[in-house]
Amino acid sequence: MSIEVRHICKRFGAFTALDDVSLAFPEGELVALLGPSGCGKTTLLRVIAGLEPPDSGQVLFDGEDASGTHVRERRVGFVFQHYALFRHMSVFDNVAFGLRMKPRRERPSEAEIRRRVMALLELVQLDWIADRFPSQLSGGQRQRIALARALAVEPKVLLLDEPFGALDAKVRKELRRWLRRLHDELHVTSIFVTHDQEEALEVADRVVLMHRGRVEQVGTPEAVYHHPATPFVYDFLGSVNRFEGRVEETGLRVGEALLPHEAPFPAGEEVVAFARPFELDIVAAESGQGMPARVARVLVFGASARVELEGEGEPGRRFEVELPRERCAALALSPGQPVRLVPARLRVFAAH
Amino acid sequence: MSAHTGVLPGFRLTLGYTILYLSLIVLLPVAAVFGKTLELGWGEFVDVVSNPRVLAAYRLSFGAALAAAAIDAVFGLLLAWVLVRYSFPGKRLVDALIDLPFALPTAVAGIALTALYAPNGWLGGWLAGLGLKVAFTPLGILVALVFIGIPFVVRTVQPVLEEFEPEFEEAAASLGACRWQVFRHVILPHVLPAVVTGFALAFARAVGEYGSVIFIAGNLPFVSEIVPLLIIGQLEQYDEAGATAIATVMLVASFALLLVINALQAWAARRGGKEQ
Repeated sequence: MSIEVRHICKRFGAFTALDDVSLAFPEGELVALLGPSGCGKTTLLRVIAGLEPPDSGQVLFDGEDASGTHVRERRVGFVFQHYALFRHMSVFDNVAFGLRMKPRRERPSEAEIRRRVMALLELVQLDWIADRFPSQLSGGQRQRIALARALAVEPKVLLLDEPFGALDAKVRKELRRWLRRLHDELHVTSIFVTHDQEEALEVADRVVLMHRGRVEQVGTPEAVYHHPATPFVYDFLGSVNRFEGRVEETGLRVGEALLPHEAPFPAGEEVVAFARPFELDIVAAESGQGMPARVARVLVFGASARVELEGEGEPGRRFEVELPRERCAALALSPGQPVRLVPARLRVFAAH
Repeated sequence: MSAHTGVLPGFRLTLGYTILYLSLIVLLPVAAVFGKTLELGWGEFVDVVSNPRVLAAYRLSFGAALAAAAIDAVFGLLLAWVLVRYSFPGKRLVDALIDLPFALPTAVAGIALTALYAPNGWLGGWLAGLGLKVAFTPLGILVALVFIGIPFVVRTVQPVLEEFEPEFEEAAASLGACRWQVFRHVILPHVLPAVVTGFALAFARAVGEYGSVIFIAGNLPFVSEIVPLLIIGQLEQYDEAGATAIATVMLVASFALLLVINALQAWAARRGGKEQ
C-alpha cells in the first residue's frame, strides 16, 4: 500500500515537531526517516500510524484519506524501540495476540492461529522459543518477536520506531541486514525511523532526511550521500571537514589559506564548503596552496589510515583525513608535523 | 553473607536487632494468645468457639471484610487509574483525600458514618425512604469497612500503573484490540498482582477493625455483632481464656487467608515473568 502525507503540522506546546511536511512513500519500498533527535521523525511515524493526531494535514493510504480512522482500523504494524512485548504472555501468545483480538466472525480457529504463529516464528527464526516469556529473551530476540507480532495481523504497512536503537552494535548490524532480507521477501511498504546514518544508508531503498520538523532531502542512499542538497545533510551524513570563507578568482579564500576550487559562485560571495575525510589530501609542504595544519594523531586500521589534524594557529580546529595506507606510509607523518590540506573535491553552499 | 568480606557493615548487629524486635513486638503477643488459650481444655475451647453467637460473629466479620475488600479492589483500581492517567483540576486534592481514611482516628470515622447513615441522618433518612436501612445492620458494617480499606488498594496499585507505559496500550491497539480488550488482556494482567496485594491489605485491616465499626454496627447479637466486640465482651466478664480462644481462631483464619493470597500473588508474579 502506498502512503502519502500532505501538509502535516504538529506542535507540542511551544515546540514545533512537524512543520508542513509533505511526503510520498511508494508501495513496497523500505524508507528510512533519518535525523537527529527532536527532528520530528518519530512524531511523523506516529502520525502515520494514527497514534498521534496531527494539528493539520492529511494522511492518505492508497490515495484515500485515512486521517479520521483509528489506529485499530489502519492495519499498520507498529514496532516500538523498547519492543512493548506483553510481559505476562509467552512468545507464542504475544504473536497470536492480534489474531485472537479479531471479532469472532473474522477470527481464525485455534488450529489456524497456531499454524500462522508458528510460520511467523519460523520466519523470524525463533520458532524454538515459542513457550518462553519476553523476560527470558535477549534484546535482539525480543525485537524479532515484536516484528513477528506486528506481521501477524497482515499489516498493509510496517512502521518501525528506532527498531535497533536499544541494541548493542554487533546485534544492530546483524538485525539490520536481516530486516533488509525480510523486506525483500515480504515487500510490505515499510518506514523505519533512525538517527544512525549508517543504518539508514545501508538498509533503506530511500532516505528522508529531517531537521527541525522539516524535510531536508529525499533520495536514494547514494544520492543523499554523494549529492547532499543542504549543508545540514552534508554535515549529518558521516564525518566532514568544514571550511567557511569567500570565493575569489583563483579559488576559495579561508583565512590566510587559498583552496583550489572552481566555484559556480561569483567572486566575493561568502560560502560554507565541505570535504569528506577521503576527499582531502595531505601535502608535506609548509607553503603553497591548501589549508595549513599540524598532525595530531595517525591511526592505521585495515586498508586505510585516518589522520587527525589541528588547524595551524587554531588548536581548537579539527580536521580528519582518510588516506590509503601506502600513501600514508609514503608521507611518513609524525605528530606535530606541519602540513597542508588540499581538497580534491569541495562541496560549496552559500553561507546564508 | 560474611561480616568480614561484605561491603555493607553491621550485618550481625542489624540482623540481631531485627530478630529481637520481631520477637518482642510481634511473636511474643501472638504466643501469649495461644498460651492463654491453653488454659482451656479442648472441650471448653470447642464450646466457646462453636457457640452459635460466636459463629455468627465470625461469619459476619470475615464475610463483611471479604466483601469490603472486594469492593475496594474494584473501585480502588478505578480511582488509581483516574489519578494516574488523567489530569484534571483538583487532582492533587483528590489524591490527598485518598489518605484520609488512613489518617482519621477510627472513632471519628465511626461517628461520622453513623451520623450520616442513622435513620435521622442526612443519607440515612433518604435511604430509609427507599426502604434501605444502613446504620445498625451488617450493611452499615460493610460501609465502614469499605471506607477504611480504600487507601490500601489505591496506594498499592497507583505506582504499578504509573510504571505501565502507554506503549503497551498503543501496541495492543495497533494490533486491533478495542478498549475493553486492551483493559482485559493487557492492563489488568499487569496490575492484578498489585490489586491482590491491596485486596489482602484491605482485608487484613477490615477483619480487625473496631473503632469505626462499633458505632454504626448497632451490635445486635446474631445480626451485627463483630468478633472484636465479642472478645471485649468476654474480657469485661473477666473471661480472659474465652476471649483468647475466640481470638486464636481469628488469628489462625486470618493467617491462613493471607497465606493463600500470598501464594496467589507469587503465582501471578511468576506468570507475569517480572523483568529483572
